[in-house]
Amino acid sequence: MREIAVVAFSQSACVADIGAVNEVELIMPQLQAVYAQVGLNSAQDVDFVCSGSCDYLQGAAFAFVAGVDALGAVPPLKESHVEMDAAWALYEAVLKIRTGHADSALLYGFGKSSPGELPAVLSQRLDPYYLAPLWLDTVSLAALQARMLLDSGSITESDMAAVVSRSRQNAQANPLAQLAGDVGVAALLQDDYLLAPLRRGDCAPVSDGAAAMIIATVEQARRWGVPYVRLTGIDQRIESHNPCMRDLTDSVSTRQAAAAAGVHEAALDVAEIYAPFSHQEIILTRALGLDEATVVNPSGGVLAGNLMMASGLARVGEVFQRIVNGDARRGVAHATSGPCLQHNLVAVLEGA
Amino acid sequence: MSAARPDVTGIEAPVYLHYHFTAGTAPARFLARLREGLLSGQRCPRCGNVYIPARGSCPACGVPTTEEVLLPDRGTVQSFTIVHIPIPGNPIEPPYVVANIVLDGANISFIHLLSDCVNEAVRIGQRVQAVWRPPEEWDYAMDNIRHFRPLDEPDVPVERIGTLPVSGPGVPR
Amino acid sequence: MAEWAAVVGIGQTRYKTRRSDVSIAGLLREAVDRALADAGVGFDDIDAVVIGKAPDMFEGVVMPESYLADALGASGKPMLRVHTAGSVGGSTAIVAASHVQSGTFKRVLTVTYEKQSESNAMWALSTPQPFSVHLNAGAGGYFAPIIREYIRRTNAPEGVGIRVAVKDRRHGARNPLAHLQLPDITEQEVRDSMMLWDPLRFLEACPSSDGACAMVIAAADSISGNKPPAWIRGVAMRSEPTMYAGRDEVSPQAGRDCAADVYAQAGVMDPRRDFDCAEVYVPFSWYEPMWLENLGFAPPGEGWKLTLDGATSLDDGGDIPWNCSGGVLSSNPIGASGMIRFAEAARQVRGDAGAHQVENARLALGHAYGGGAQFFSMWVVGAHKN
Repeated sequence: MREIAVVAFSQSACVADIGAVNEVELIMPQLQAVYAQVGLNSAQDVDFVCSGSCDYLQGAAFAFVAGVDALGAVPPLKESHVEMDAAWALYEAVLKIRTGHADSALLYGFGKSSPGELPAVLSQRLDPYYLAPLWLDTVSLAALQARMLLDSGSITESDMAAVVSRSRQNAQANPLAQLAGDVGVAALLQDDYLLAPLRRGDCAPVSDGAAAMIIATVEQARRWGVPYVRLTGIDQRIESHNPCMRDLTDSVSTRQAAAAAGVHEAALDVAEIYAPFSHQEIILTRALGLDEATVVNPSGGVLAGNLMMASGLARVGEVFQRIVNGDARRGVAHATSGPCLQHNLVAVLEGA
Repeated sequence: MSAARPDVTGIEAPVYLHYHFTAGTAPARFLARLREGLLSGQRCPRCGNVYIPARGSCPACGVPTTEEVLLPDRGTVQSFTIVHIPIPGNPIEPPYVVANIVLDGANISFIHLLSDCVNEAVRIGQRVQAVWRPPEEWDYAMDNIRHFRPLDEPDVPVERIGTLPVSGPGVPR
Repeated sequence: MAEWAAVVGIGQTRYKTRRSDVSIAGLLREAVDRALADAGVGFDDIDAVVIGKAPDMFEGVVMPESYLADALGASGKPMLRVHTAGSVGGSTAIVAASHVQSGTFKRVLTVTYEKQSESNAMWALSTPQPFSVHLNAGAGGYFAPIIREYIRRTNAPEGVGIRVAVKDRRHGARNPLAHLQLPDITEQEVRDSMMLWDPLRFLEACPSSDGACAMVIAAADSISGNKPPAWIRGVAMRSEPTMYAGRDEVSPQAGRDCAADVYAQAGVMDPRRDFDCAEVYVPFSWYEPMWLENLGFAPPGEGWKLTLDGATSLDDGGDIPWNCSGGVLSSNPIGASGMIRFAEAARQVRGDAGAHQVENARLALGHAYGGGAQFFSMWVVGAHKN
């Protein structure tokens, strides 16, 4: 199977409301940034383009069509789109490169959640007959999950607050983060519940923004002469939809994806985990089989800034940057989708 | 057991979601100019084509556009359709003409209503001009132009549509 | 370099205005169960699931792969949701094929659908935004001016669209799954039907359907079922912006480039000669002659002559029948319409197209487009690998 490398990544700053900026204006700076990293002129210089976005965030059908205006798709491009986080666009592009139909790919994800009410919007992702009419929002569902974990005795509220505290502290070194600061566990536990047992700090903020990445075969990366990181494994698995029909204290699909992606074949220096709620980071850390030797979410993770539809791709990008900068040799990136960690993607990256 | 009830084969589950739309930087400027009764486009720094309404990029080149170009409210019919389909709640009485209109100085058409005309006499290449609402009704909206109406000018040859200067068709060579 | 992949199972629902007897999941399962049975496999034999549909707002279910995972037997497997506007049915099939062609998986289930009756598609496509003028013209209002420009360019006679409308409905009457069953339709009926968007009449436009289409795509060492496989000889996608200065909306470059790409992969030199039939996305009658030219079946300006000569008609014994299944003009569950084209092309080369079978079909084109005729996906399937 062809060896694939990540060669460029850029994401926007995470901001709660970016204001009057449309899709094209959101995406274009990130595209220009990744072109510059590789020395490309435009999307015409890659073989394939794939993006991830969700119409319902913006509240208008065909949000991704406007995104094409950012690409300079004349002459026409080989281009595709997933109505998912752009981490799954990466997955599609990896398959495309493996077929031999492309040697390189541009990926981007964008989301502008600020126009709507994200938890309510995502409630309409549930089973339309039995669950969606209840308006069961994502935060409430996550609170149910956290309650099960707490009641099982496998975590405490202090453990959750510790996740948040570390996120805020790590984010101090991340200029793109939305929430950062030196906040201790005791102080976090002083906060009122938002939806018990979740406090506001336990929930990822909602951010507007975009992220872009360029991948290529290792041969192509060498031809370009840019630093690259090998993507040695990628896998994604979904599980049962109904939160009542799976063990919410575990993430079976993450375990499956991690095994198939080869996470455990060697030591991991770094992990970037897409955990929109603090307790989910604990579930995922366990499902990924991480121990103390692995630095988790040095960027602050999505608790410090959550670019819907791009956060998954951004996790891969964060690991890429740490390896390229020499801060790590091998790392794992994780993306999630769906209520209570229903669908999970795991990617393994290693230094060249 | 009570008498059998009919099976439930469907339920009504209305979805209400509230959004606060924003137009984007480039469209916001376009709309602000419309409020003043002006038609504002943007020129691509790479290919030089003028887009109206602009979205902040040249879709062909994929580069940001910032240079503003004010355009006249006269243009040419690139193509059109006569809409007969009755749609409930539609304030416009069919049949009406929807035309793709290219303003003089622009290189792209937009869709608008064409009125004050004999529908059957509308043709590709026909010259048209905007009919504005009274200034006191102007808002941040394309509806400030009530519709376009035919101009008493010679038709523009098809190959020149979308390539005219801001000054209009002039004398065909 | 790509591994060989083939269609080994096809399943479709009956297409109807309203399928109030099944849920969304039930609708998909109908197609999926038929595809699995056709391939002679069960859910346990499936490695990954690829799903596609047009905008989520058509049914009001956000990112529906979450809810549909259970019904599609996807639990524990990779799942991907594709959305490329109207071309999505085709691009979903291509993405599914890439799962196998990449050597990553042996057998993949792919399904696309639309259940428009559960929501309001007209509403979904026209959520009011203040940035443009509201003309309530719909999709026909967008495409009719482009058709008018085609007619101007080619001097095509008025009856061409009417001819296509009749031909595809007569084809559809051979297909028991087709939504519209109009075996006795006449040109006069089409001519007398209401003018919607001049020059398009009511009977020259596609219906709005509920329905789903599924396929099982397998690697060369995992062929199953009792019917011959349809080998995937080429796949291609192209996108261009909705609008740009100088864009040829009548014959978009993305369509021409996409066709050239897929023909090169499949060794097609002359599409009219080399293909035995084609399933092409024709939602409005006039798009047949327009695509005949865009896809190189006829020289520029002469697509309408093939239509009038009966070259694309199965009933007239044409040499290159188009849309023997009845096409989009007979059934249009939007998100599935592209995959139906791809699947019907595969049925033809498997010799499994029933009453709309083209005799000895060996090579067929499946085609889909979407957005403002800016997203294209195509594949070539054959009875043999070469």
